[in-house]
Amino acid sequence: MSDDSEAVVRRMSKPPAAVVVRQRGQGELVLRRFLRHKAAVISLVLFVAVVLLAFVGGALWRYDYADITSAASVPPSLEHPFGTDNLGHDTFAQVLRGTQRSIEIALLIAFLAGLLGTLWGAFSGYYRGITDSVMMRFADLVLTLPLLAVAAVLTRATSGSWWFVALVIAALQWAYVSRVVRGVVLSLREKEYVEASRALGATDRWIIFRHLIPNAFGPVIVNVTILVAAAILVETALSFLGLGVQPPDTSLGLLVSEADTAVSTRPWLFYFPGAFIVVIALTINFVGDGLRDAFDPTQRKVRA
Amino acid sequence: MTGRETVLEVENLTVSFPTDDGLVRAVRGVGYELRRGEVLGIVGESGSGKSVTSMAVMGLLPASAKVGGSVRFRGQELIGAPDKAMRAIRGGRIAMVFQDPMTSLNPVHPVGDQIAEAVRAHNDVSASAARERAVELLAMMQIPRPRERARDYPHEFSGGMRQRVVIATAMANDPDVIIADEPTTALDVTVQAQVLRALETARAATGAAMVLITHDLGVVAGTADRVLVMYAGRPVELGGVDDIYYEPRMPYTLGLIGSLPRLDDARRGDRLVPITGSPPSLLEPPRGCPFAPRCPMRQEICETVEPELLTASASGPPPASPSGHLSASASDHLAACHFSADLEGRRPEDVFAPTSVDNAGGAR
Amino acid sequence: MSPQPLLSVRNLVKHYPVRGKGLLRRTTGDVHAVCGVSFDLHRGETLGLVGESGCGKSTTGRAVLNLQPPTSGQVLFDGQDLGTIGATRMRRLRQRMQIVFQDPYASLDPRMTVGNAIAEPLRIHGTYGQDGSDRVRELLGTVGLNPEHGNRYPHEFSGGQRQRVGIARALAMRPELLVLDEPVSALDVSIQAGVVNLLEDLQEQLGLAYLFVAHDLSVVRHIAHRVAVMYLGRVVEIGDRDALFDRPAHPYTQALISAIPLPDPRRERIRARERIVIGGDVPNPVNPPSGCRFRTRCPKFGQLTEAERTACVEQTPDLVDRGHGHPAACHYAEVVAVV
Repeated sequence: MSDDSEAVVRRMSKPPAAVVVRQRGQGELVLRRFLRHKAAVISLVLFVAVVLLAFVGGALWRYDYADITSAASVPPSLEHPFGTDNLGHDTFAQVLRGTQRSIEIALLIAFLAGLLGTLWGAFSGYYRGITDSVMMRFADLVLTLPLLAVAAVLTRATSGSWWFVALVIAALQWAYVSRVVRGVVLSLREKEYVEASRALGATDRWIIFRHLIPNAFGPVIVNVTILVAAAILVETALSFLGLGVQPPDTSLGLLVSEADTAVSTRPWLFYFPGAFIVVIALTINFVGDGLRDAFDPTQRKVRA
Repeated sequence: MTGRETVLEVENLTVSFPTDDGLVRAVRGVGYELRRGEVLGIVGESGSGKSVTSMAVMGLLPASAKVGGSVRFRGQELIGAPDKAMRAIRGGRIAMVFQDPMTSLNPVHPVGDQIAEAVRAHNDVSASAARERAVELLAMMQIPRPRERARDYPHEFSGGMRQRVVIATAMANDPDVIIADEPTTALDVTVQAQVLRALETARAATGAAMVLITHDLGVVAGTADRVLVMYAGRPVELGGVDDIYYEPRMPYTLGLIGSLPRLDDARRGDRLVPITGSPPSLLEPPRGCPFAPRCPMRQEICETVEPELLTASASGPPPASPSGHLSASASDHLAACHFSADLEGRRPEDVFAPTSVDNAGGAR
Repeated sequence: MSPQPLLSVRNLVKHYPVRGKGLLRRTTGDVHAVCGVSFDLHRGETLGLVGESGCGKSTTGRAVLNLQPPTSGQVLFDGQDLGTIGATRMRRLRQRMQIVFQDPYASLDPRMTVGNAIAEPLRIHGTYGQDGSDRVRELLGTVGLNPEHGNRYPHEFSGGQRQRVGIARALAMRPELLVLDEPVSALDVSIQAGVVNLLEDLQEQLGLAYLFVAHDLSVVRHIAHRVAVMYLGRVVEIGDRDALFDRPAHPYTQALISAIPLPDPRRERIRARERIVIGGDVPNPVNPPSGCRFRTRCPKFGQLTEAERTACVEQTPDLVDRGHGHPAACHYAEVVAVV
């Protein structure tokens, strides 16, 4: 029995339910848990700083990304904090512009993929049965498509305007979101308040839009955040290959691509945009981590 | 009853948990004595602290919990005792029955083996003798075809039978104390009857004392000799079972008993008598009596001075006795109320209103 | 009672297929949750539907509202057969028949304010309009809550208060029938009394009919006019409340009533000696016993002769009055007072 009593202690390692002091709303709980995740909070601050820098700073900076100055291939100085390229473009302005573009694309991807994925997953999960099977098989099919290859083919067929790039990537990424949302909806649809709604006379659409999707918000946010991070990197890759944003417009991927030959001779053209890519991807990832932990109800830390 | 040895003594037990909102005082000064062969029923509703109390006695609280006071088993102090000492007592001298039988049963071993293991852990007998004893115990628990069923795994039993297996295991060690924490709460009422009978068999066969924790006042009425009523982490009344049910001296007890619909009551049209409002937050212990906000008898003193658990007397002011120090006599009746004397002869409907609204204040 | 019953259930059957594993997931059996239940419910009346786990009372409650369409049988609400009317008419009919759930924590959407939760049926059926918010406040007051608290969230209320919100929501469309599925089981005992009083008041004020599904017989004794006892999918006894509690005829009813401990130590000490403790477990609903389903645990069965037992094994006893004043489904029904 001695082993059993240890098992008992392990099983009872959380404070009894009667000790819950104050019932908190989900929003409050999530916020508190998020704020406890230091890496996530710092990353959020950093990311917001980068966004502000890119959009506000970019508008205020004395140079525009397309300006050609007299100073060509100049290393970083006070005049040109990130140096210039061989044509005289101010790299700082270009990096800011590239960041703007990359973030715009990433957010658009996240929005479109999130929207389509949520609707797809919600309907699939709610109706189950044949509908679910068909919808999910289709999503699986989309998931098997090689992202870069398809994107390459599709963008080549058009002028490569940035929103089309975003659209293409979104068209391939929504399937991830739909899987997650379907999983959440499968469990939510068994909840008693859904049955209550049906008893009140609600239609299926009412239940999906008023109850299921709002309550699936947590996991959707987490996944969309991670999608943003992935989208940044995908767009970077595509632009690097010349399949994404096209000149004269710029993006971080394009900048890195154009600088690949100059890594040793004019490193500022490579490392600054590269650093921005890394920072953005990392911060978004940490924020996503923090959000995931914040929404995960099984984590309960009691101060020792 | 007097002259029986005391097996378990709890004195001024306190338990607090640190949480995000601060220190939660789940148990604030519980004391009782348990004599051999006696059944003590601990009743209370949500937030009363009754389960936390027994977990503290058994040493099963998480490391973050702060436990104060004293729990003595045959003179041996349990609070703060080293793990090794606790393990020897827990399960052996003090047996436990929980609400979920799977808390104590190992799903991967047949039940006969588990009972036999328990027998051998505390008695020097051969394996086959232990197995025989296991079958004997299962038979005592009214489990049909005990020899065959000893080879079955826990999941092959129904909930009620599993609970009886747990009780059989508890009996195997011939314990001095059985602590049963909501043992029948999750069970159907006909199954509950089986399990309660099994508990009684176990108690009679081992002569153990029993602590029965439950919110079901019917179960306590049929099983307990003495009853401890808890509210907001404190005992508010302690006495013999007849005293508590027929002559409660604390308004909460009166209200609790009065709010029950009666199976033997044929008068439909009589309204039930609820207690409005909710128990207080355990975060900051309220000044004064924690029941005051819901008590129709409250006066100014109730809101400033928390009443101590004192002997309830029929007339005159209650004689003072040190708090937390338990009565020497098993027939003592203690109540924590400034006006316990006024409750003599009062019925629930005299004190509480048969209302249907929740609370004048609305949400807490 | 001469007027047509508000609710009429005839031979209600509900089976759930048990699917095997494997590619085809063929049905390997059926859970016989409800097997031929019939009863009437009149306006303003409370019928208590009692039984232990697995007896099918909750399933019956949901089938009555067509939340889980029956496998066979008829449910007639105000003369209309719920099985044959279309989905649109069913949705409209739902305004007249509502349900209150057991779990006050799960039956409210945590993301909706209680005001919106109560208003939901009004919005669904398009009757919110101008005075919707007034109606919500009126309903909050009717159930004994503060009308100003409509913009709070469920987690800000206690269990008893949440249950009242659930009741308010069910009343929004002015229904005639309320199915109450263990409405007070999840509440503390001292709080239950307030909610039970509320339900009684509402029945008086609004003329509601209640189908009160519960396992707690003490509450049912207090609130019901008639009681039906279920075991393993069948009704084994049904009758007026006092007749059933004071003079139960079916052995299961007798065991059930006898098993309930009273909060009365003196009476309990006497009752404990005479308590009927039935052994064994509830049989598997996938494979219920033939004939009388209670025979595997019936204390009377053990005292019958071999010849008498064959009747129990081979013939399912009908739910008819065998001379005791109310129907009981037992071949050898006999009144034994056990309270």
